[in-house]
Amino acid sequence: MAFLWLWLTLVVVGLLTFGIRLSFLAFLGNKQLAPLLQQALRFVPVAVLSALIAPALLMPTGTLALSFTNSRLLAGLLAILVAWRTRNILLTIAIGMASLLILQAFLPAP
Amino acid sequence: MATPRSEFLHGVRDELPILIGTVPFGLIYGVFALSAGIPPLIAQAMSCLVFAGSAQFVIAQLVAAGTPALIIILTAFIINIRHLLYSASLAPFTGRLTRPWKWLLAYLLTDEAYAMAISRYRQAPDEERAHWYFLGAGLALWTCWQLSTAAGIFLGGQIPASWSLDFALPLTFIALVVPALKDRSSTAAALGAALIALLAFTLPLKLGIAVAALSGIALGLALDQARIGKE
Repeated sequence: MAFLWLWLTLVVVGLLTFGIRLSFLAFLGNKQLAPLLQQALRFVPVAVLSALIAPALLMPTGTLALSFTNSRLLAGLLAILVAWRTRNILLTIAIGMASLLILQAFLPAP
Repeated sequence: MATPRSEFLHGVRDELPILIGTVPFGLIYGVFALSAGIPPLIAQAMSCLVFAGSAQFVIAQLVAAGTPALIIILTAFIINIRHLLYSASLAPFTGRLTRPWKWLLAYLLTDEAYAMAISRYRQAPDEERAHWYFLGAGLALWTCWQLSTAAGIFLGGQIPASWSLDFALPLTFIALVVPALKDRSSTAAALGAALIALLAFTLPLKLGIAVAALSGIALGLALDQARIGKE
């Protein structure tokens, strides 16, 4: 069982996630979430996802690549523009992928 | 008066437009999990056990980087803690349900199911069978997620690396984050987390994601508090 540790990890993550979802529904139904905590939770999605986006665009090979030959950065910036203007998930992914593939055909590999 | 069946189908129907966005997300997850070196069975089991899209992506990414289990658990916990908000917000409406109902609905409580359920509860506060609507919306999403991740896992082995499909992941995140930047404090939270993620990239054990996310949250919160203080 080479992946036993991963099975166990997933069971723990699954139980924790279920516990979070169940907390107020089953046990704390008559309690209110502290206002400060409620405010903090509002920022979780944007903070987590941004922490994942930035390295994917700016450090595609593990080191900072702030240059016009970084095709992932250029395609990502274009996708940010599309997402901002259209708010369309599928269009953002499609234009981002298409521009990456086109850029990769013309730019030298990183 | 709505019947359980009509409420259930109503929930399924209202969830359908959201599923259009879920299918590519599930496909990408399946492909991405395999490329991270996760065996197909475990990749699919993760969709059942964890059932939370962005956390599953991050777990796959951390597994690929050889991250220790404890850090994976910590990072996934931070990502999923937002569900506290959903649980607290729905609790006033589900108080009189039986325990099996509460446990079942909690398992199905994703971002997408929450969005539909809370709008139904608010729109029809006297509807005594609205939990059937919640169940319909939640099960529709669950089924769609399981099938699309399975399809992604099936396709995964057949997509050449030169297609750079891994890039669909940050693109999906961009498509989710950018429309959510509605005010200054959430934009600051996003930019702060992004900057710290770059600076903390070399932190051992991939702790950078957790550190960056917490920093972004703290920054957004601080700006919010400063604004409240001024008012």
